[in-house]
This record gives sequence, structure tokens and C-alpha cells, in this order.
Amino acid sequence: MDEKIPEKIENKLYKLKYKTDETCHLNPDLSKCLQCLEKTCTIICPANVYCYNETEKKLTVSYEKCLECGACRIACEHIDWKYPKSGKGVIFKKS
Amino acid sequence: MQEDKKQNKVDVIVVGAGPAGVSAAVTVARGGKKVVLVERGTFAGSKNMYGGVIYSHAAKEIFPDFEQSAPIERFVERHSYVLLSDEDDCTEICYRNPSHGKNSFVTARGDWDRWCVEQAMKEGVYFAPQTLVKNLIVENGKVVGITTDVEDYYADIVIIADGVNSLLAKQLGLRERIKPGNVVLGVKEVIKLSEETIEKRFALYPNAGAAIELVGGPFAGMFGLGFIYTNKNSVAVGLGVSLEDLKNKKLKPYELLDTLKSHPYVSRLIEGGELLEYSAHLIPEGGYKSMPVLYTDGAMVAGDAAMLVNNVHFEGTNFAMISGKYAGETALEAFEKNDFSANHLCLYKKKLLNSFILKDLIAYKDVVPTLTGRSSSFLGYYPEKVNEFFRIFTTTDGQPKKEKFQKFAKNFFAKRSLSELFSDAVAGIKLIFGILK
Ligand SMILES: Cc1cc2nc3c(=O)[nH]c(=O)nc-3n(C[C@H](O)[C@H](O)[C@H](O)COP(=O)(O)OP(=O)(O)OC[C@H]3O[C@@H](n4cnc5c(N)ncnc54)[C@H](O)[C@@H]3O)c2cc1C
Ligand code: SF4
Ligand code: SF4
Repeated sequence: MDEKIPEKIENKLYKLKYKTDETCHLNPDLSKCLQCLEKTCTIICPANVYCYNETEKKLTVSYEKCLECGACRIACEHIDWKYPKSGKGVIFKKS
Repeated sequence: MQEDKKQNKVDVIVVGAGPAGVSAAVTVARGGKKVVLVERGTFAGSKNMYGGVIYSHAAKEIFPDFEQSAPIERFVERHSYVLLSDEDDCTEICYRNPSHGKNSFVTARGDWDRWCVEQAMKEGVYFAPQTLVKNLIVENGKVVGITTDVEDYYADIVIIADGVNSLLAKQLGLRERIKPGNVVLGVKEVIKLSEETIEKRFALYPNAGAAIELVGGPFAGMFGLGFIYTNKNSVAVGLGVSLEDLKNKKLKPYELLDTLKSHPYVSRLIEGGELLEYSAHLIPEGGYKSMPVLYTDGAMVAGDAAMLVNNVHFEGTNFAMISGKYAGETALEAFEKNDFSANHLCLYKKKLLNSFILKDLIAYKDVVPTLTGRSSSFLGYYPEKVNEFFRIFTTTDGQPKKEKFQKFAKNFFAKRSLSELFSDAVAGIKLIFGILK
């Protein structure tokens, strides 16, 4: 694929403008994550926000990349999901 | 408290400045009532993403002169339906009509939503961007206002137009928790290409545009569709796939989009282009059967928040605009009667039932469940067979044609049990009669 269209999701997101909120708006119940087999959040998220670290047995949430679509909220019941604060978060211009 | 209430009180508050919200707000303002339109993004459209087509009939109903100053990229003249195969071939059905080109147009939500709000402000709507509504204030069972990061605001009526996730309709208990099978996740990339390149590759006159829908290929057997829309200087390529399918098949949405982009039909169209923006959004999917309660004392729900979308035709913004307008009209009539209770607001649902909105949703109520139920057939096996047929039909290789067609026919039945074919036929007939009934 052409260089001008990056392949890695991180580089696609890099093209976007964000006003990062100071606090995380996505709060999974980490005790539930320990027992969770599917880890669906790490698959369906279009911005690759969730990563599970097998050695540390911990889910990391890079909330600053979030596109605020709500897919993780529907796919998993154990996320305390909010919108970022007024005016914060992603800014789409050409979508 | 009582003083605060008076100071911060307007006639109507509309939450969400998408197509539903802006249409509701401008309708209320035109009726002479004081209305505030509240939006969490820095500007209207900054949180919004869609495929790319707005329908002129709805735009005209809200802003009759929109063609004069609205940010239109291209009017759609070419509609293509493409069945992708697993290999690199495909079958395309293309409908072109230069004179019906004004039926719909391509535009970006960042431009369109913002333009709509600017028009609404000229007509008296008070716009409050960068304002997240955290909760609705309910007193004695009636919605009386909103809580924001900064202050509380009060109104006789609140119109809830906060989109597919509608945390507010959920707060009121008007809808249940959304299931993964009831939403489609959409992702798209906007890719920069020159005007000339776009017109050459898509065979378009200047200002004319293409709307292309893609079936099969990477979504074979899933409830999913791809799309390509032409802007003036860029092309939007994206897809929508049921969240349930992504979850069950463990597919990452952006990887699926990369697979779609690598099919020769698509890759040739975007070759040499540069990524401008990547975005994602949900589409409500459940249709009529998953519609929430549409009104309660002091509030109405419009647009995606009410799950008013016809997925089969990629129509959502028109449902949003017209439902917003009906909610606005109902609010005005409530002021005339001085009755803001559910008793009066039920008029909103009556208006929806008498219009294309609920008529279409009722007619299509079985389409999505049937297609998802038999997606391996309708969105996988048959599109592939169509390609196989044309592969044989167009290949000249010195083999007798009759033998090749016989082999195709034999294969068609060998790979599909009779009971499956029967179920598909029944489903197909039910679909057609369901819509025509
Ligand atoms: C991939 C994809 C492709 C699509 N393609 C098409 C197409 O080509 N044509 C078409 O007609 N439709 C299409 N649709 C559907 C269409 O986008 C929606 O139906 C339409 O946008 C619904 O409008 P709405 O006003 O109800 O909601 P939205 O457009 O979602 O607007 C809701 C607004 O409310 C704001 N908001 C939400 N919560 C709060 C809160 N708590 N406080 C303040 N503000 C809030 C949001 O920021 C947003 O601006 C597509 C959708 C997707 C996802
Ligand atoms: S957030 Fe949900 S899906 Fe993700 S690991 Fe935790 S429990 Fe599992
Ligand atoms: S809201 Fe969407 S983009 Fe944000 S973390 Fe959830 S799935 Fe990812």
C-alpha cells in the first residue's frame, strides 16, 4: 500500500486533531477484565484504545486516542463509559 | 433555586446539533419560541461522521434555499452496486441519470452540520457549543431541564437528539441497553485526490459525483457493506459491519477496511491518494423493532437517538431531519395548548406514523433480521456465485460453453443443500412481500 495512506492505525489516528481531556472518560472495571476471556474491547475498538498486557495482567486504556463511537460500551457491560468533558476529545473536520 | 430556574429558563432546549437537533431547533425558532441548541463538540459536526450523502428532499424541507450557499461537494449522478468476489474480480451494476442528479449530494458533516447551525442561528436559534449535557432534570415525572458542566438550564420541553448512543434516552428509561446485534460500526478514510483524477477515474462530469456500494468480498457472510463516495478533491472509502459480527469473528474494523481497500476495484480508485482523515461512528441497526419510547412528559426523542435509520438504503440524515422537524412542530402545538405532557406529545408519534419515516421502517422491519439471519447466503454465497457465473460467461478458452454452464449449475446445488436454498427462497419472498404489503 502507498506510503501516503499509512497502514498502522496509530499513524492513521495521527492525522486527527484532538483536544485531550485531563481525565480518562473510559473506566473498565479492572477486576472484571482479569477474568474476561474474550477481551472484546481490544478487538472491536476502531482506535485501538485498549491493550491487554499479558505479563502484567493489566488492561491499558489510551483514552486520548478514542473516537467516541461507543462500540466498546455496547460490546462490554463492564466499562463505565462517558463522553469527554465539554469541547474535549476528537475533532472531525472532513467526515 | 426558584430564581435560578427563572433566569436560566427558555421555551425549548434541544440536545445535539446533528441533522435532527438543528431541524427541531429551527422549526421551534420559526414558530417564535425561544430555543437553545446544545452541542458537546467545539463546533457542530466536529463529533460526527457518516458515509457521505444528504438527500435533497429533506434538506429542502428544512432549508428551502440550501443549494445557493450550502457546502455541497458533488451531486450524485452515478449509483453503483458492486458485488466483490474473494478473488480480484467483481460484478458491477451502474445506474446513471444526469437529470436526476439533484436527488442527493455528497458533503462532509464538519461542513454541513456547521452550515445548518449557522442558518438556524440567523433565524433566532441560540447555539451553545462545547456544552456537554450530563443529565436531564426530572421533577414529578416530567423532564424540566438539563445539567451541564457549568450550570443547569430549564425549559418547558427538551428535545433529545443526541445520536445513536443516546445516554439521555437511556437515563429516562425510554430505551433498553443496546445489543451488539443492533448496531453497525462504521469506519472510513477520506483520501485526497485531484479533481481531474477523480473525474477521470469515476467517469464523472465536473460537479457530478458517484455513490458506490460494495457487497461481499471481505464481508462475505457478515452483515456488512462497503461504500465509496466522491467529494470534490477527495474520496471517502469506508464500511459498516455489525458489531456482533466483529465481536464473534474477532475482526479489527480498520484491518477489514484495509482488506477492502486492497481489492483491485477499490485500490485502483484511490491509488496515489493521501489520507486526510480517519473516523468511526455507530449506526443504529435494529429498526422499528428496537425503537425506544418516543416521548414522555416534557421530552421527545428524534433521529438516531430514536433509532430512526433505514440501513438498507443508507438513509439516516433525512429521517433525522424530518423527525426533528415533527418534534419541533409538536412542541409549538404544545405551547398553543399549554400542555407539555405525554398526552399531548403523542402527536409526535402520530406525525411519524403518517410519514415515510415509520411507514418505511415498518415496511423494512424484517429486512435486517432476515439479512443478518441468512447473511452467509445473501451477503456471501450468492454474490460469489454471480461473479463465478460472469467469470464463466466472459471467458473464451476453447472449452464448450454448455459443459461449463452445466458444471456451474451442478456446483451451485452441490455446495448448497436443498433445505438451505429453500430457506433462502422463503426468506427472499418474505422480504419482498414484507416491503410491498
Ligand atoms: C458509517 C455511516 C454511514 C452513514 N451514511 C449515511 C449516508 O450516506 N446518508 C445518510 O443520510 N445517513 C447516513 N448515515 C446515518 C446518519 O449519519 C445518521 O442517521 C444521522 O447523522 C443522525 O442524525 P442525528 O442528528 O440524529 O444524530 P447525530 O448526527 O449523531 O448528532 C447527534 C449530536 O448530538 C451531540 N451530542 C450527543 N450527546 C450529547 C450530549 N450529552 N450533550 C451535548 N451534545 C451531545 C453529538 O456531538 C452530535 O453532534 C451513516 C452513518 C454512519 C455511521
Ligand atoms: S473492558 Fe470488558 S471486554 Fe475489555 S477486558 Fe475488560 S471486561 Fe473484557
Ligand atoms: S468509544 Fe469507540 S473509539 Fe472510544 S474506546 Fe470505545 S470503541 Fe474505542
